Amino acid sequence: MSEARKHILSNIRRGLQRGLLADLSRVELEARLTHPPRNIIPARAQLPHPEQVALFIRMAESALATLDRIASLAEAPAAVAAFLERERLPMEIVMAPDPELAALPWAAQTALHIECRAARDGDKTSVTPAFAGIAETGTLMMLSGPHHPTTLNFLPDTHIVALRADRIVGVYEEGWDLLRAQSSKMPRTVNYITGPSRSGDIEQTMQLGAHGPLRLHIVLADHE
Amino acid sequence: MPISTVANPQHFTRNASAALKDPTLQRALQNVKPGFRRKRAAAVAKLPEFDQLRAAGRDLKNHVLEHLDFYLERFEAKVNEQGGQVHWARDAAEANQIVLEICRAVNARRVTKGKSMISEEIGLNDFLTSHGIQPIETDLGEYIIQLRRERPSHIIAPAIHLNREQVADAFHAHHGPYGFTERRTEPRALMDEARQVLRRQFLSADVGITGANFCIAETGTTVIVTNEGNGDLTQTLPRVHIALTSIEKVVPTLEDVSTFIRLLSRSATGQEISVYTTFSSGPRRANDLDGPEQFHVVLLDNGRSGMMGGEFQDMLRCIRCAACINHCPVYGAIGGHAYGWVYPGPMGAVLTPHLIGVEAAGHLPNASTFCGRCEEVCPVHIPLPKMMRHWREREFERHLSPAATRFGLGVWAFFAKRPKLYRIAANLGAWVLRRLSGRDGRIKNLALAKGWTVWRDLPAPQGRTFQQQWAARRRAQS
Repeated sequence: MSEARKHILSNIRRGLQRGLLADLSRVELEARLTHPPRNIIPARAQLPHPEQVALFIRMAESALATLDRIASLAEAPAAVAAFLERERLPMEIVMAPDPELAALPWAAQTALHIECRAARDGDKTSVTPAFAGIAETGTLMMLSGPHHPTTLNFLPDTHIVALRADRIVGVYEEGWDLLRAQSSKMPRTVNYITGPSRSGDIEQTMQLGAHGPLRLHIVLADHE
Repeated sequence: MPISTVANPQHFTRNASAALKDPTLQRALQNVKPGFRRKRAAAVAKLPEFDQLRAAGRDLKNHVLEHLDFYLERFEAKVNEQGGQVHWARDAAEANQIVLEICRAVNARRVTKGKSMISEEIGLNDFLTSHGIQPIETDLGEYIIQLRRERPSHIIAPAIHLNREQVADAFHAHHGPYGFTERRTEPRALMDEARQVLRRQFLSADVGITGANFCIAETGTTVIVTNEGNGDLTQTLPRVHIALTSIEKVVPTLEDVSTFIRLLSRSATGQEISVYTTFSSGPRRANDLDGPEQFHVVLLDNGRSGMMGGEFQDMLRCIRCAACINHCPVYGAIGGHAYGWVYPGPMGAVLTPHLIGVEAAGHLPNASTFCGRCEEVCPVHIPLPKMMRHWREREFERHLSPAATRFGLGVWAFFAKRPKLYRIAANLGAWVLRRLSGRDGRIKNLALAKGWTVWRDLPAPQGRTFQQQWAARRRAQS
């Protein structure tokens, strides 16, 4: 359909009353793409880091996520087991095959059955790390990849996310900066997740657990 | 069976009176005002920068439109670079054909769909069905109206015209084969039932089709915004992901899309951000454990490039948040179906005549009291009332307005061009109306204006005419 492409582009240029962009403007636009300027940044998240963490917690909870705070990531397995027990959920999890997560002392949780893989139908609970937390709206930023299958974020009824406090940033733009610092390419999928799935489509009454998880639980570690 | 075509923009007046007399619809519409309006106001109040963001959003969109060819080409190049494919479609027929060919290439029988207004615009579901492919809507509201064979009545809350009893009936009629034989009416139970039925569809679909709220030129990324997670299951589980979108949805960078994310959910549902905002770039990578093997983007024009450079270019800034719809007194009174096509409310009144012609949709720009609320709440400052006025002018110029309207405007114009006569006629008219009114200064029944007086009294003119007051003021000032 390259004919359609030509037609649409020439129609646009006719409307703009010009031919191809002049080289000079092209250079300017290229520069804007290579060094993207920031637009308006909300003041609410421009805070010292401990206050950003507090804002993240407040915003995530107001989006109906639940949150446990632990001292270090090494306590995450115990925190996960305790959460499942408290919520009377089955002691079985599907975990992202993530090296940092795998290195935690899961063996100590003898009652917990763990499988590392992508999600399947019928999985009850998933445990994944997050790439970052964004304080301005209490949003988790997740990247897809060999260690981070996207289905774990959506198929199970309960999604537990292990997050280190030093991965919390103020605003969306800082999340993108972290990603750009790590890789020049986008992963297949970046998910912003803010609270559990919901729908208001029946009489504008909000119900949790529309198609994605009914519960989103964050285990937040102050240190590594 | 194609979607019901009872409502048609050409019959707007008739549709609107029917809507006003429909008690079920009127009950459902009561949910619009307290819900959306109050929540938006609360969310805006919590973000002091909101007005600055609106100005930034307007400027960014203007910048994109001025360089739309550049950004579209860059977006395409970036999608290709990551192993995806961009397809350009001049009109609905081309877009439908592109989707069909992608489906046929993988022998698709069943297609799951995230919510997409472009899909509604091109009539994709009927097209796929007629070619032996079963489309299944997965957004709860879209799913409900698909079962009822209706069009969405709202661009972000497609089933807002329905009450739970109607949803219960629709599920009861269709969910028997899935083992749900009992008719349930609780929203929670209905939600769970839909979740279970649709889970099977997600897992068995060959192709997943979503819309895209934004296309990022910097990275070749499409973005969807949802609360349910249905869009993510739609685009992650099947082998093929098709993102259906239109040419004006491109934005330059991740920084720019951040600005629009801050505007969109607050304006739409009054959330700080929707639950899921998902950025998709190309198909699954070499060692990924899940995700689609193919990634296609369909870029639809369908008349949009013809709006460039003209008096309607500003409409291309629209980010489909529905704030104008939620704040429109006309929409609030009659709902979305009366508009007779895909896009209702003020944004629809401006866009629809472009997409299907002023002959077919010329009535819609008349569905406005010009109260100006739509422009006040628009996150990208689209001058919607001004544009509706442009359409009214065009309708008049092209002799499409009804004879009575043309006659009335003709009479008014005759007097307006003759100021002395106008003054005499205005004084005379005011005098007559005062004589016709009762002691309370209200007219209960007026020949030639029954359309007004059947519903409410007409207040009789009080005191002096505008011109008399104007003249007196001028005299006092000098």
